[in-house]
Amino acid sequence: MIKALVAVFLAAILTENYVLSKFLGICPFLGVSKKVNTALGMSAAVTFVMVLATAVTYPIYMYLLVPANLSYLETIVFILVIAGLVQLVEIILKKYIPSLYNSLGIYLPLITTNCAVLGVTMLVIEKSGENFGYLHALVNALGAGIGFLVAMVMFAGVRQRLETADIPKSLKGLPITLVAASLVSLSFLGFSGIVENMLY
Amino acid sequence: MDFKLILFAVLIVSAVGLIIGIVLAVASALFAVSKDEKVEALLEVLPGANCGACGYSGCEGYAKALAKGEAALGKCSPGGEKTVKKIAVLLGQEAVEVEKKTALVHCLGSYDSTSNKMEYQGVRSCTAASQLHGGVGMCKYGCMGLGDCASVCPYGAITICNGVAHIDPAVCRGCSLCVEACPKKLISFVPLKEMAVVRCSNCQKGAEARKACKTACIGCKKCEKVCEAGAVSIKNFLAYVDAEKCTGCMKCVEVCPEGSITAFLPR
Repeated sequence: MIKALVAVFLAAILTENYVLSKFLGICPFLGVSKKVNTALGMSAAVTFVMVLATAVTYPIYMYLLVPANLSYLETIVFILVIAGLVQLVEIILKKYIPSLYNSLGIYLPLITTNCAVLGVTMLVIEKSGENFGYLHALVNALGAGIGFLVAMVMFAGVRQRLETADIPKSLKGLPITLVAASLVSLSFLGFSGIVENMLY
Repeated sequence: MDFKLILFAVLIVSAVGLIIGIVLAVASALFAVSKDEKVEALLEVLPGANCGACGYSGCEGYAKALAKGEAALGKCSPGGEKTVKKIAVLLGQEAVEVEKKTALVHCLGSYDSTSNKMEYQGVRSCTAASQLHGGVGMCKYGCMGLGDCASVCPYGAITICNGVAHIDPAVCRGCSLCVEACPKKLISFVPLKEMAVVRCSNCQKGAEARKACKTACIGCKKCEKVCEAGAVSIKNFLAYVDAEKCTGCMKCVEVCPEGSITAFLPR
């Protein structure tokens, strides 16, 4: 049981990294990864929303939509729930951690439309089965969030070095960022197979 | 049958929406942040550049301090007189005069008068370049023209021209961001009045200063002798003009053999 949970967690971080292997959530990946600090704050918020969203959407899907034969409403209901949750997180952050609220700025409301969050909640439904229950879904969401954090912080480090690098004029700015992103993504493909080998 | 299915789907989605709405409404009431109306009103009036010239952490910090009555009125130099008047109206106090000042680069070392001692190919930043053997230029006190000040200026008042920074007093709002950005500490505030200003920061002896730059102050004391108001003094082989004593007669400007004292004419 615990072994399976660890496997799910590691898989979500390494082999199925939502940013670098599934290419979800590229907008904040490119937008907020200029500095390590903001990258950390953003990924913390995303992780929090991912776990919370999965905690709410999974039971809604399993115990409301499936019995009612309305599983095709998955997308719209999930977006509704995520949007509401982000609002809730925003209200709470504003009250208790205003400094984090200010530093996240526009990116906090943008989590609403972050496809990585929707992706985590929807893809986990596809995985669910006898060996993959509610707990697995939550661990998967946490792993996905941590994976997002790892990708963001790693890439922020890469970008901070890019700032001082001597880049050809035609590649300056976004082009070199995309090239660097693809290289980081390539390096993550090297993890494929690791988790399967660990399990069996 | 079909109709029922559609109705059911609509009902479920609206029910989920309704529940979320109620939860949010309760949460927003529960976690409501009580905002000071005075602070909000003051924030509207302040320029919103968050420059920190007032000494507080941005406009919000100053607005909070004003609302509490801890801060003096005339601290917002970017906002100027208009802002102070509005703040005074909001707080029910009398307006005070804002000291008008502008930032000035105390260096004239363009490529015409001085040269670079190396071909610098590193990061385009004065702070980085100043770590390398005391900077790029022949004069270790002078402006390197890599534009750290220009890049922090929120008003675009600073231009780098021929290897030296220039600040347009008409555009400068006196926020002091450039003062902090300059690694050579060449920028300081001068009042907006007709006066003589020393455009050099070289503290070396005359011969060495002249070797470094054609417009360097060599500390010859001619300006000190000619000044009737006693506003000019020489310290460390460098002239200083006391802005309060300077009458704007510009005799020191005429007598300076190096051209490092210039007339400052804001209008």
